Amino acid sequence: MTQWSTGRPRRLDDAFLSAGSSSFSEFVSAYRPELLPSGRRLPSGASIEAPHGTTIVSLLFDGGVVMAGDRRATMGNVIANRDMEKVFAADDYSVVGIAGTAGIAIELVRLYQVELEHYEKIEGAIMSLEGKANRLASMIRGNLSLAMQGLTVVPTYAGFDLESATGRIYSYDVTGGCYIEGGHHSTGSGSVFARGALKKLWRPGLEEQQAVSVAIEALYDAADDDSATGGPDLGRQIWPTVAVVDHSGARFVAADVLEEHVQRVVAARRGNPGGAR
Amino acid sequence: MSMPFYVPPEQVMKDRADFARKGIARGRSVIVVGYDRGIAFVAENPSRALHKVSEIYDRIAFAAVGRYNEFESLRVAGIRYADLRGYSYDRTDVTARALANTYAQTLGAVFTQESKPFEIEIVVAEVGVDSDTDQIFRLTYDGSVADEQGFVAMGGASDAAEERLGTGWRPGMTLAEVLRLAVDVLGAGENGERRALDEGQLEVAVLDRDRPRRSFRRIVGPLLTRLLGETPAPTEAPAPTEAPAPTEAAAGADDAEPAAGEGGPASAGGSVDGPGAATPPA
Repeated sequence: MTQWSTGRPRRLDDAFLSAGSSSFSEFVSAYRPELLPSGRRLPSGASIEAPHGTTIVSLLFDGGVVMAGDRRATMGNVIANRDMEKVFAADDYSVVGIAGTAGIAIELVRLYQVELEHYEKIEGAIMSLEGKANRLASMIRGNLSLAMQGLTVVPTYAGFDLESATGRIYSYDVTGGCYIEGGHHSTGSGSVFARGALKKLWRPGLEEQQAVSVAIEALYDAADDDSATGGPDLGRQIWPTVAVVDHSGARFVAADVLEEHVQRVVAARRGNPGGAR
Repeated sequence: MSMPFYVPPEQVMKDRADFARKGIARGRSVIVVGYDRGIAFVAENPSRALHKVSEIYDRIAFAAVGRYNEFESLRVAGIRYADLRGYSYDRTDVTARALANTYAQTLGAVFTQESKPFEIEIVVAEVGVDSDTDQIFRLTYDGSVADEQGFVAMGGASDAAEERLGTGWRPGMTLAEVLRLAVDVLGAGENGERRALDEGQLEVAVLDRDRPRRSFRRIVGPLLTRLLGETPAPTEAPAPTEAPAPTEAAAGADDAEPAAGEGGPASAGGSVDGPGAATPPA
């Protein structure tokens, strides 16, 4: 490995063989800091325009949690990407959704996925859900200097807590503050409108299919009033990304199931765009 | 001022090798063996917490014998190496061959430069799309690498264990068959006496070819009991050591000629889930 930095033979050097940390990001920041988002410095005062991802909604249901994200990335007034994925499986029992500067956010998610798997392999055990949420918080904190120059990343984290057998949602702020949410949460530019919808549609004890439907309706409402959030695109057959986490693990809802949900929501809104009931 | 005595390098290397070999031979054995749908790792290890077998990456696992602290540091280094490589390139760019080379350089450097060589022996195995593309690398204390075919035994009395594996193993065995073979080999004593190993003394894991992405799974509890208990085992006698003639032909991986000889074992392998499955190579 050392052939990257020096001309010595390819033996594992002390950074690899040292005992202690089971954190991948700590290892990389000691060994190859330039690989991490937090290892980069922008010239002060600079700001650049980069694609931005937007709305993520998440809500609890009876026995788990649903997270959904729209597919649009924007750069100013331009749609930079129509079918971007913003909800990712973090490990077997949790998902992470991202809003903010897309490039950095996706890099952060990739790092976070490796971080969780790395811990699991070294320790031989899965990290507690609280521990996983805190690891994500410290990564967001590491991104603070980039965030101050406009490259913000604000994720939502949701997982199934194997100890209490319930779903949990954690929200973050740009400084790395981590907050546990009861019931539901939304983040990104359309979050205000999505939150309004969630307040009216969510209730305790929803079933999984109902929760998926509520998530899609909330995204519909967000797209209705926020230009940076993509609505369901029937012409291109682009549906929101919807992930479900329950006792059997994290999985993504299949496209044909999503299509049914979306068609139903769109049909119900015909002549009733606000979804009044 | 005293002059150090001249010691020829041959003697230095020999002393170090003897020292390492002695340390390794004290430990209990680990067997790595290929089966039809992956690679199995069987270790005699009463501890539930201190593992001899570990996941390194999606398709790669690690097994070791010898000093725990020494192979543990290599195991962690291997996970760091693989994760860093997968993170900075792509998951498909992490290979057992590269990892084995890096381990070999490390072991070789420690063997010649440090005051004491590592008293360990390790296997790095990668499961491929079929059993022909499976790779099993065995690395010894001095940094030498061997690309093994089918099976490896490491640790105390590994030569005798390899010999038993050689007569009992053939390509295309099922998981239950290779596990029973491995347990049988691990339980064989020096002069014919046998120890019975139960699940509590075994650490069993597999790289399962059919799993997407992370293929490493530990086999514990009821599943292990079921797999080990599937044989009717009519006698106490060690079944795999009995039929040397057909299995020697099979070990040559010759498909055409020993078809008749392999008929028995192959059909037994096919129906191993059924209650009436025969003892594997009888």
